[in-house]
Amino acid sequence: MNPEDLHYTTSHEWVRIDGDVGTIGITDYAQKELGEIVYLELPEVGHMFNADDEFGTVESVKAVSELFTPLAGEIVDVNKAAIAEPGIVNDDPFGDGWLIKMKLTTDEEIAKLMSAADYAEYVKQEEKER
Amino acid sequence: MSAPAEARTALRRTPLYDLHRELGAKLIDFGGWEMPVQYAGILEEHRAVRERVGIFDVSHMGELEVTGEDALSSLQWLTPNDVGRLADGRCHYTAFLTEQGTFVDDLLVYRKRADSWLLVVNASNTPKDFEWARAHSRGNVNVVDASNRYALIAVQGPRAAALLGGLAADDPSDLAYYAFRETSVAGFPALVSRTGYTGEDGFEIYLAPENAEPVFRSLLEEGRAEGAAPCGLGARDTLRLEARMALYGNDIDETVTPWEADLGWIVKMKKGDFVGREALAWQKTEGVPRKLVGFEMVDRGIARHGHPARTASGDGVVTSGTHSPTLGKPIGLALLPTAASAVGSGFEVDIRGRAARAQVVETPFYKRAKSVAGVEEER
Repeated sequence: MNPEDLHYTTSHEWVRIDGDVGTIGITDYAQKELGEIVYLELPEVGHMFNADDEFGTVESVKAVSELFTPLAGEIVDVNKAAIAEPGIVNDDPFGDGWLIKMKLTTDEEIAKLMSAADYAEYVKQEEKER
Repeated sequence: MSAPAEARTALRRTPLYDLHRELGAKLIDFGGWEMPVQYAGILEEHRAVRERVGIFDVSHMGELEVTGEDALSSLQWLTPNDVGRLADGRCHYTAFLTEQGTFVDDLLVYRKRADSWLLVVNASNTPKDFEWARAHSRGNVNVVDASNRYALIAVQGPRAAALLGGLAADDPSDLAYYAFRETSVAGFPALVSRTGYTGEDGFEIYLAPENAEPVFRSLLEEGRAEGAAPCGLGARDTLRLEARMALYGNDIDETVTPWEADLGWIVKMKKGDFVGREALAWQKTEGVPRKLVGFEMVDRGIARHGHPARTASGDGVVTSGTHSPTLGKPIGLALLPTAASAVGSGFEVDIRGRAARAQVVETPFYKRAKSVAGVEEER
């Protein structure tokens, strides 16, 4: 399910922290909700973002969803393979289907994100409310 | 990631609701109806229809029964297509138009007999259409909203005739396009027409609501050998858009005329008077200010319904847009100023604040390889 070593947002992104670089993607729950992803709009390397900024969009055949940065930082890499074959995000959302890497400005905001267990609980609540 | 907000009003359900849940469908609010948008996935269901056969619940569609000795003359007045050309057991695509010549709705008209007709209208327009038809009917004619007495299952794809052939009392493969008959399917009384909204060969099966579930199950069961798949409204939308079939509320509405929508073929100006004729005659002389055209993207991105379009000759709007599963790229329809609507013309779409280039292309985006039964589709 949701890997233990990641941090999660209420808007269903995850971030993996490795030194001062965060790798960001969408969760398995998010990709399932969207259905087959056919298009990704991602920022260019060098762009700066605050936390909770919209950094791109992910589109299935029917739906468009905005993507939000879990943390502040500068884009240092985008997943070109996923842009070329967005289905990778469905197949492996926590692995090969990552979206962007950011050089993080600060690690202070990490505490605001959810653990895997908290996120699982959050999703359960969200499903109940529908 | 942001999720679209969902309304929480009581939704209407078709007789197949429980079966959709059982089949693991993802259900959405579609014009007030709780309908399956997909089962296995839109792309897979789309492919099933293009390559094999797909089974759709479209029971939300509305049915109006028009009867009486003046039914034919009344329908001539109500609709722009020439119902006088329909023989018993034939149907055609037509519309209800406002006095301004714009679409109240688009619909299919079935002639059972000269005094007994079935009109199939868009779900969300049913009450409006019913009131409109009653208000504009002439002579000895009775209009009834019979929507509650009909379930509707569409069987679409190159293997549709083979699938239905194994279940219907009469071989459906000898039905011409836009022909229908009252027969039985899986032992249940049904009206079967060779019609559809996918650009493939296929059939639509009208049933009593209580018979919908056993028939849907029989189609799935019998269809296993044909690779049949239950299909949701998501695939229905991508299929119809590839075939350039208009969607009411997106591509056509009470601001768009048949001339503008490139649906002039449903308007028979010489047949006599009908509601909207005067305005259409006027617009035909004056020329249309805008046209509904197909487009493909030049830049990356998927243009969606409502995105603004900008041309050298003025502004337009994207009316439908999606990723085409068959072509593997974004396609769409847009209403553009006539001067900017020629095939090959470039324009810009404002995709959530980003300008993306697009180009007018020939439609349909997809056309099936061959026709069947030697009968050309009436369009």
